[in-house]
Amino acid sequence: MLIRKSPDIPSSEITPKADYLSRRTFMTGIAATGVTALTAGRVTRWGGTVHAAEKLQTVKSPLSLKGETLTSLQDITHYNNFYEFGTDKGDPARNAGAMHTRPWTVQVTGLVKKKKTVDIDTLLKLKPMEERIYRFRCVEAWSMVVPWAGYSLSEFIKQCDPQPGAKYVQFLSLADRKQMPQINESGIHFPYSEGLRMDEAMHPLTLLTFGLYGETLPNQDGAPVRVIVPWKYGFKSAKSIVEIRFTDKEPPTTWNMMASNEYGFYSNVNPNVDHPRWSQKTERRIGASLFKQRQPTLMFNGYGDQVASLYKGMDLKKYF
Amino acid sequence: MSNRAIVALKVLVHLACLAPFLVLAWHTWHDLRHPDAVALLGPDPTAALQHATGFAALRILIISLAITPVRRLSKSLGWLVRFRRMLGLYAFFYASVHLLIYLKLYANLDWPTLLNDLSRRRYIIAGFSAWLLLLPLALTSTKWSIRKLGKHWQTLHRLVYVAAILGIVHYWWIVKTGVRDPTKITIVLAIILLARPAWSFVDARRRQRRMAEVSPTR
Repeated sequence: MLIRKSPDIPSSEITPKADYLSRRTFMTGIAATGVTALTAGRVTRWGGTVHAAEKLQTVKSPLSLKGETLTSLQDITHYNNFYEFGTDKGDPARNAGAMHTRPWTVQVTGLVKKKKTVDIDTLLKLKPMEERIYRFRCVEAWSMVVPWAGYSLSEFIKQCDPQPGAKYVQFLSLADRKQMPQINESGIHFPYSEGLRMDEAMHPLTLLTFGLYGETLPNQDGAPVRVIVPWKYGFKSAKSIVEIRFTDKEPPTTWNMMASNEYGFYSNVNPNVDHPRWSQKTERRIGASLFKQRQPTLMFNGYGDQVASLYKGMDLKKYF
Repeated sequence: MSNRAIVALKVLVHLACLAPFLVLAWHTWHDLRHPDAVALLGPDPTAALQHATGFAALRILIISLAITPVRRLSKSLGWLVRFRRMLGLYAFFYASVHLLIYLKLYANLDWPTLLNDLSRRRYIIAGFSAWLLLLPLALTSTKWSIRKLGKHWQTLHRLVYVAAILGIVHYWWIVKTGVRDPTKITIVLAIILLARPAWSFVDARRRQRRMAEVSPTR
């Protein structure tokens, strides 16, 4: 597999000055502990705590995108599809505060040598955090550029000891009526389920994600842990994961079950395969000025050099 | 209701109908002038303008359709009919802005894209048909046309019901499966459409009863 490395460029070229200055101050200020709490968590009426943002110490990654303007933190946190908190894009920012992300565990189930439950704090310390600047392309034809923080999902999968028969990985998100009062607003059956083929899950670009802009994930962006699969439409990247299950068959996935003609299992970003209701040839860049929003969509969201080999010989019009 | 009161009310209705447009125009102007400030149109200005104009068109159109059944509630509400034309024209205005935004910001004024959308995407076909149906109604909204067309005018203007239904269908077809946002406005339109036969039924019953009172021997 060919992984093209981008040349190292100063973050000053892509990050707003105020942001990288504050990050730099912070990085020189702390010891290499991985995570440092800046504010104590707030106790909620469910007994758990809503964690305020914590700084994450990250190293730069050669897999990061270069030369594109980052979407602002304001836009990344106020334009979300997280239907458990309501169907309007502003709903998650308004409602997700009720979700408590501590204590939090991820169950590892299915075809593994030994099933286990992993605590979020163990996951956070498992590998060094990297900053990965990725394009994020929603199936609804809008896109962002996000500086995620995390490490390759493959690092975690290796520690799960999947059995040889494990061909797919399924991700299940939190579905708790008490913390998500809007969960019945849509006609979707929760918990949200997504899945990847094992080779997709093991691809170094696939990121087990804990933060963005150098801090832990805001709740509306899928705290405390999610996956990011940058060459697929956004809905493939499950949020607020509570279970990772290894299976021998393609797992059922939420949007595919809702409308299989519109949302395929693969859902690779592909400008040549239209959504039945709209074109995927172009996209609207979030945060860009009105007349500059529209831009062409790239095959595999621009990650073709790294991932096209995964789909060699497959008819991508059939396996959309 | 006095003429003066109606004029005052008309000014208010004009302001209410223009408000969404003025706010959107101001937000657009602000965001283009100050690209570094927090955008008043939000993270996705194209979608924000498209949704806001679509909602305005549908809501005003449905309010205009409510006038006929509402004025039948009481004889004293007859003056309401004097607001129907302006509401209809505002609905057409917003539908036209909605269409222009689609043409420029979604289809990029590109013929192949446009024809592709029009031939394959049912929500676009429904929405465009609704606008096409409103066009002759807007053109024949003058007093002169009403006089010229005579009884055909009313027949022609019944197309507004088809346009409203197509507008709602257009809305359902663009939202994602599982999203129920269009429910409320659909129920409102359904009530308005059902109000006509309901009133006719009530009227018929009333007439029957009166007949029975007049000729008690039967």
